[in-house]
Amino acid sequence: MSKYVKYALSAAALLTLTACAGGTEEAEGVEGDSSTASSGQTLSAVTDRGELNAGVNDQLPGFGYVDSDGNYTGFDIDIARAVAAAVLGDADAVNFRPLSAQERFTAVQTGEVDVLVRNTTWTASRDTEVGLNFAPVTFYDGQGMMVNADAGVSSLEDLEGMIIGVETGTTTELNLADQMDAIGVSYETQTFDDRDALIAAYQAGSVDAWTTDRSGLVSSFAVLDDPDGHVILEETLSKEPLAPAVLHGDDQWMDVVSWTVFALIQAEEFGITQDNIDDFMDSDDPDVRRLLGIEEDLGGYLGLDSDFAYQAISQVGNYGEIYDRHLGPDTQFDLPRGMNALYEDGGLHYSMPFR
Amino acid sequence: MIDERLHIKGEMDSRLEVTDAPRLKQDGQTPFFKALKKNLFDGPKNTLLTLLTALFSGLVLYQVVQFAVTNSWDVVYIHLRLLMIGQYPLEELWRLWFALYYASLMIGGTWGLFKGAGKAVALTFGSVFLAFAIIPWTTLNTTLNLVACLLLMAGGYLLGSRFSVLKIPALVLWALYFPLTLGLIMGFGGLLDPVLSRYWGGWLLTVILASVAIIGCFPLGILLALGRRSELPVVRYFCIAYIELVRGTPLIMVLFIGQLLIPLFLGGQTGMDNVTRAMIAYVFFAAAYLAEDVRGGLQSIPGGQYEAAQALGLNKIKTTFFIILPQALKAVIPAMVGLFITILKDTSLVAIIGLSDFLGTARRISNNPEYLGRYLELYVFVAVFYFIFCYLMAYVSRYLERSLSKGSR
Repeated sequence: MSKYVKYALSAAALLTLTACAGGTEEAEGVEGDSSTASSGQTLSAVTDRGELNAGVNDQLPGFGYVDSDGNYTGFDIDIARAVAAAVLGDADAVNFRPLSAQERFTAVQTGEVDVLVRNTTWTASRDTEVGLNFAPVTFYDGQGMMVNADAGVSSLEDLEGMIIGVETGTTTELNLADQMDAIGVSYETQTFDDRDALIAAYQAGSVDAWTTDRSGLVSSFAVLDDPDGHVILEETLSKEPLAPAVLHGDDQWMDVVSWTVFALIQAEEFGITQDNIDDFMDSDDPDVRRLLGIEEDLGGYLGLDSDFAYQAISQVGNYGEIYDRHLGPDTQFDLPRGMNALYEDGGLHYSMPFR
Repeated sequence: MIDERLHIKGEMDSRLEVTDAPRLKQDGQTPFFKALKKNLFDGPKNTLLTLLTALFSGLVLYQVVQFAVTNSWDVVYIHLRLLMIGQYPLEELWRLWFALYYASLMIGGTWGLFKGAGKAVALTFGSVFLAFAIIPWTTLNTTLNLVACLLLMAGGYLLGSRFSVLKIPALVLWALYFPLTLGLIMGFGGLLDPVLSRYWGGWLLTVILASVAIIGCFPLGILLALGRRSELPVVRYFCIAYIELVRGTPLIMVLFIGQLLIPLFLGGQTGMDNVTRAMIAYVFFAAAYLAEDVRGGLQSIPGGQYEAAQALGLNKIKTTFFIILPQALKAVIPAMVGLFITILKDTSLVAIIGLSDFLGTARRISNNPEYLGRYLELYVFVAVFYFIFCYLMAYVSRYLERSLSKGSR
């Protein structure tokens, strides 16, 4: 008899287990719908707390990492700091919560973080099924391919029969398969858990090419033994627009984050920088006056102080400054602005008008 | 002792070879060389093997030394603070030093009072302190604090070896150590400035997580083991279900459940930070494994022990806690310490839930653009550090096992 009870219990245990396992995957969609925030909730929570909870990456060179003194720094980190400056008037009032790729969406859904600035690609399913809302794109990335300069490869077609290294658990592997299927090139993949291992294998010649986001490829030049011996193919395998994300449903908070990002871009358009912003305070240009909150209370409409853009720009800098600080020519990445230039310079960044 | 034996062997050899012509030459050789010849170069096959092994070991050694010498290791020493304590605020550093002082004094005292394995623990900690104190790139402040730790340890030893009446106070102080230092590190729930768990990192986080898991799983695991042998079906089946469910689940999943499902079920407003959630996950996970280890011990106790206790008029509770458990636990020390070592190393899995333990901090540092690609030195440092402490645990366990089983031999 007791044997049967035991079996029954194990079966029940197994069921619970599978339910749990299923739960982790489905939780995103289900909970995303039920736990949507109501408008205004997040902003008042942040101001009451006096601190912005920002979900970030702590292991992505240039975008989010920890410097030698233990401070969070990077491109994404500065975007989060700009939001804190706009909302709370203090760019340092941020609680950075390092998130792994797996837990990042749950952290937004449960309200553990107010904003997710963690090199997250804006996709349809994340915007809908996962229950996120995306602020304007802060960085246009795309998947690229690195090959040896003397391998005679100049396009994806030349990779016929070669071994391509990718990281596991990323969309890059799927993108690669999609692209290669589309152009009918057969190849072999070798997957790696860890980028360091992938680069080591590439350098040792056990893979002929490797693929990841272009920003990642460029940053890897710093670790290659012979940086001049490698090239990144012109072709882009996928679009990877990286944008800050907030929980679906709180429109006011969504507006706050969006217009903070726009303010950073608008400031670069106007040539307003961290250093010269005070010279603009007596500007006659009505556009500038509205952006900086001297004329019309645009900040008030967002539920913020009228000087929210001034705070963000003066404490963190405009978009171009943030870019140059972490990815620009003075850094070892020296990543060309490309798509990330302002629209006037042939890029894609374009602020909606402040009026 | 070994030398003596070799010596005798050597003499016997020379006696055997008394008639050989090259005796004069042999006389000039020390017993050590003779033993060497006999054990390593005895016949062509052995000589070849010896040479090959020597060649291989030499090659490996050369590579290791070359690695150690040619690398500048600056990536390790610049980030020593991050690796050890993460982002713990500098102005509150005294709390950690106090914890280390306390530990040093107690380790020294324990060595003096109880001898035995305390010596190995004290010497290991002492060497690590000394190593960190004498490497040139630690700040003066750190060096002074480490020297103070060493002095406290020596003082503890002297006190302990002189006054054996301190045994009971020492045990009480040990029992208080963990709650006291953890309270201090956190700020005693508001008495001092609270240092939130988000600032814990590196080796500090690893040690805190592992200690909480080990200390927390102990009572829970014993209760589960006893429950599994209970005569009450509800208790028994609950314990079996719990143990089997947890043991049938990967640790990563338990961590994910703790990290993702708890806040989803409780609406995210639990006020429980992610370190606490990880601690809970580890305690519950480790308890199931400990329960099985302890059950093994319980089953090894012969029925005569129960009967004898009954004959002496002890009730069930007294029998369990004074007769059965002490023997059962003693029997499974190796298995338990094996589990504890596993827990210490498994704490590095918290990297997947965004925490930065010792290994996670090394990964973080290797992603600092200034030190891109310098992961090898960091990982070697992390491995050596883990090895020292895991080996120490294993050594102490072996010692305890030997000294506790003296009666039964």
